[in-house]
Order: sequence, then C-alpha cells, then structure tokens
Amino acid sequence: MKPITWAAVLGLAVVLVFLLSILVGEADLTPGQVFAALLGEGDINDRRIVVGLRAPRAVMAILVGGGLSLSGAVFQALLRNPLAEPYILGISGGAATGAVLALALGLAASLSWALPAAAFAGALVAIFLVLRVAATADDQVDVRVLLLAGVVVGAFFTACMAFVLSISDARTVRSAVLWMMGSLVGSDWRTVWMVTLYSIPAVIALVGLARPLNLLAIGEETAGYLGADVERVKRMAYVLASLLTAAGVAATGVIGFVGLIVPHSIRLLVGADYRVLLPLAFLAGAVFLMLADIAARTVLPPTEVPIGVITVFVGVPLFLLLLRRSVGAGAGTGVGA
Amino acid sequence: MATESTEPAETRNDASAALWATELRVHYPNAPAPALDSVSMTVPRGSFYAVLGPNGSGKSTLLRALLGMVPHQAGQTQVFGRPVSDWNRRALAQEAGVVTQSESVAFPITVRELVAMGRYPYLGALQSETPTDKEAISEAMRMCDVDNLAQRYLSTLSGGEVQRTRVARALAQEPNVLLLDEPTASLDVRHEMEILELLRASAAAGMTVFLITHHLDLAARFADRLLLLDRGRVAAEGEPEEVLREETLKRVYEWPISVSNDPATGVPRVTPLSRH
Repeated sequence: MKPITWAAVLGLAVVLVFLLSILVGEADLTPGQVFAALLGEGDINDRRIVVGLRAPRAVMAILVGGGLSLSGAVFQALLRNPLAEPYILGISGGAATGAVLALALGLAASLSWALPAAAFAGALVAIFLVLRVAATADDQVDVRVLLLAGVVVGAFFTACMAFVLSISDARTVRSAVLWMMGSLVGSDWRTVWMVTLYSIPAVIALVGLARPLNLLAIGEETAGYLGADVERVKRMAYVLASLLTAAGVAATGVIGFVGLIVPHSIRLLVGADYRVLLPLAFLAGAVFLMLADIAARTVLPPTEVPIGVITVFVGVPLFLLLLRRSVGAGAGTGVGA
Repeated sequence: MATESTEPAETRNDASAALWATELRVHYPNAPAPALDSVSMTVPRGSFYAVLGPNGSGKSTLLRALLGMVPHQAGQTQVFGRPVSDWNRRALAQEAGVVTQSESVAFPITVRELVAMGRYPYLGALQSETPTDKEAISEAMRMCDVDNLAQRYLSTLSGGEVQRTRVARALAQEPNVLLLDEPTASLDVRHEMEILELLRASAAAGMTVFLITHHLDLAARFADRLLLLDRGRVAAEGEPEEVLREETLKRVYEWPISVSNDPATGVPRVTPLSRH
C-alpha cells in the first residue's frame, strides 16, 4: 500500500478507536446514550461521564501516544539506532523526576506551567547525561553503551524520585507513584489543552525536520556534505523531542516502549523515509495508546491496570527481539570501505 | 616541490581554481602533531586531481578542511574563489559532492532513496521532487549503472554496488566539483576501473574531480595533477611525472620503490621492491 493509503487507514482507525474508547467503561452506557451525550443531549450524568471523563481521556491518549511515538522515531534518527526510545534512554525517568520534584516542592499547585516545565528540564538533564555517558571518541554511539547509559541514568533518576518521595507527604507520594507507572486517570479538558499547547507545535516542527532527519540517519558527516546544518538540526530535534516527551510525562506519567514499538512497525510497513514515517507514527501511536487504555480499563474490572504496565508488557518482547538482531549484526549496518 | 613561492599568499589564488588552500594547518585537539601543516594546493577547475600519501598522512583531513568540516588553525581555504566559511552548507552542497570513505545506514534504505538524498540542497523542507530532481536522480543512477537496482535495499548489495550508489548520490547533487575518499578501496579491477572511467568522463565534461587514493599507478594514469602528502606536509605536487619520482616515494613511503615507464599506458609505473 502507498503511504497515503496508510495515512487514510490510520486516520480512520484513530476515529474508530476513539469511538470505541468512549463506548467502553465502568458505567454501563448503551451506544445510543453515548452518542446522545456526545451531541449534547440525553441525561446530564451520561454527558458528564462521556464528555467530561471518557472523551478527554481518549484525546489525551491520542496526544500522548502520538507524541511518544513521534519522539521515539526522532531519537532513533538522532542516535542512529532503532532501539532508542525516551523510556529506555531514561528521558521519561528524568521528566518524571522533574515532575515529582515540582509536586513535592508545592510548585505545581501554585503555577500551572511549573509541572510541565520541570518535566521538560528533567528530560533535558537526562538526555545530556545519557549522551555524555554514551559518547565515544568518534560520533558513533555504540548501542550497548547507549543502553547501559540509559539504564544507569534511569537508575539515578529512580533514586532521586525515591529520595524526594521519602521526604514528602502521603498525598504527593500517591500521585508520584501513579506517575512512575503511567496512567490516563484524571485526564480532564484543562490538562488536555495544556498538553496540546506544548506538544502540537513540537509535532509540527519535528515533521518539518523530516528531511534533515533522513540525512542524519546515514551519518552526520555525510549529512553535512549533503547540505544539512547538522548541529542546528540536532539541537532543535533533541529539544523538541524532549519537550514532547516531557509534555506527555507531565500529564500521564511514565509510559514506556510506545516510542519503540510504533515507529518500528511503521518502518516495516512504509520504510524509513521520515517525511512519511513521522506523521504515520503519530497516528499509529495515538491508536496504540487508546487501545492500551481500553485494555487497561477492561482486563481486570473493576480494577484499572496502569497503562504503563500494559505498554511495557507489549514492548519488552519486541525490544528483546530487536536487541538480539541488532547486537548480532553489530551496531548498525556497515556500508562502504 | 613546486609549492614554495615568494609571493604573498592571497595573490596566488586564481579565480579559476575549484579548490584552493594556502599554508593550511589543522591540529586536532589532544593530537601530538598537526594533521596538516603548511599545506598549499590548487585544484584547477575541470581538472582530475589525485591526492596520495601513506596512511595517516592527512589526506582525509585535507578533504574535510577544504570543505570546512574540520576547523583549521592557520591558513585559508577557498571553494570556487570564496572562503569556505562564506558558504552556507546548502549552497556548498550544490557545488561540491562528496563520497566519504565509509558510512553506515541506521535503517533499511533503498538505492533510489539514497540517491534521492543528493537532491536535498535543492528542495524545501516539505517540497516533493520536481521533474528536474527526478531527472537528475535517474541520470545519476544511469551513469553509475545502478538504475536496475533502484528498489533494492542497500543491505542486499555487493560492496561495488554500494560504492556506485554512493557515487550516484554525489552526482545527483549536480556538483561542479566531486571529492572522493578512496572510493575504490574495496573494489575489484572491473568495478574500480568503471568508477575511474566514470570520473574521467565527468572531468572531461567539465566537472572537477578530487580523488584520494592509494593506487599510485592508477592515479598517474587518470589524474592531471597529483598531490603527495607526508605526515601532514606536502611532499610533492605537480604532474604525475614530477611527483612519482623514486627518491620522493622511497622517502615518503619508507620502502624501496622503483619507478619505470609503462609502455602499455605511457605513464609512470610504480613497483614496490622487497626490503632486502
């Protein structure tokens, strides 16, 4: 199939899964009641559930799933490795630590932008640390060193979070634990708008960088000779992808492996051209996270499984498969003399 | 050793030069010695220029420095009469195509996709290929004989096919000067000769060719001028007969070497002897 067909299919899937997502839930509503509520008719309580709870939650899944998937694809181009992903690289952990810190210091309560800003700062610190640890003499990043760096940085942030929590009150601890596992519970229209404000400009700017990202995937020196302003592209892409990750983490906590599974699957379907890959990865990430959220709500009723648990359960087997293949073949496919 | 001159450096630049450097010095951080020291050279427009020298003599650094990819601590470099720092990368990529020693692709990519990347300097952020771009891409693939491989993934190609694809990408840039760093190092005789003949034809059509190679004989046969580097300094520069002298080569390569005239090609033939 052509990329445009895939875009249509995935666009349709976003709409259909969105409808499915607001049809399913704890309250037993018929499809008729749900659609009536969507159109602003029917029972006030139904409307409150559908429009006030289910719809913002599904929209949040679209924004965060799409954002995480897109930023995963961007990190993969920047680090020239299909295993790069915000969660594995410890970037999500850094963002979560920033968020928890803002909560614990009480900043989040007084300033609405403090939480996302702290998450963003945490994400930037994490990526700086990972790259400092993983950078070798030449600009080639060894996949094993990179993953190790992600683990080490992740462990560091987990300890930071544990420390902050140990000196925090019970309420902070409860919301912080939710952060560490990831959850769409409590998504309301206010947070949805905030995430939209932070992530949609980043999404648009990153899609605009698709062409230079394609060049980076074949190497920085070659990209420079082909006319890309490599340092500028790298800086912009790191900041924007971190911002995107941070916006998601600030709203829903740490949700792992979305940025790994989704871009990988899209690459299998349409190839590695980022002009096609990035928009499709956003759509597919949205569908994936909405489905994961439906699963989170329905596998063990009435308990809700944290959505981060679901994505990790799906992501780990695929990650191991990719890792085996990648280490078996040596880091990257060598070409040329 | 035709590089010494008493004239001020600036006046020696010749507007007809494709690539030009004077008193170039590049010292990498933490390196004990400079990679390039007092290197002056002129690559005339439309010429086939070959750079020779032992491993580590600074050939690849010279290529990078000429195009501003590594900073230089002293001297000047110019591309088509303008200092390299005056060029933005996009404009430079329309003038100069480069085939580096090696590259690795992070994701599966087809031959057509790799060659199409040569059109990057001509296209806007979200613009799709125009008929001109498509024409340049197919023409480059045809010239390098990879048009029949268009939809093949790079990972399924032989070493020779990969190199031809990379040369095709540089040609798709429609450059006025083509710089190649040992493009034939891993190729067999036929594939090596095919690339060299393609380069010679391109030079004959007006393109400047700057070739780094270890093959002294072939450099003598194909190039108009040679530059021999030795530990970052110019050991000799000029026409093949001037550069490929026994004494110079023995000293630079630290090996007994005999130079004779090859009756089959009429150019110097370099034969390494045994040490004893």
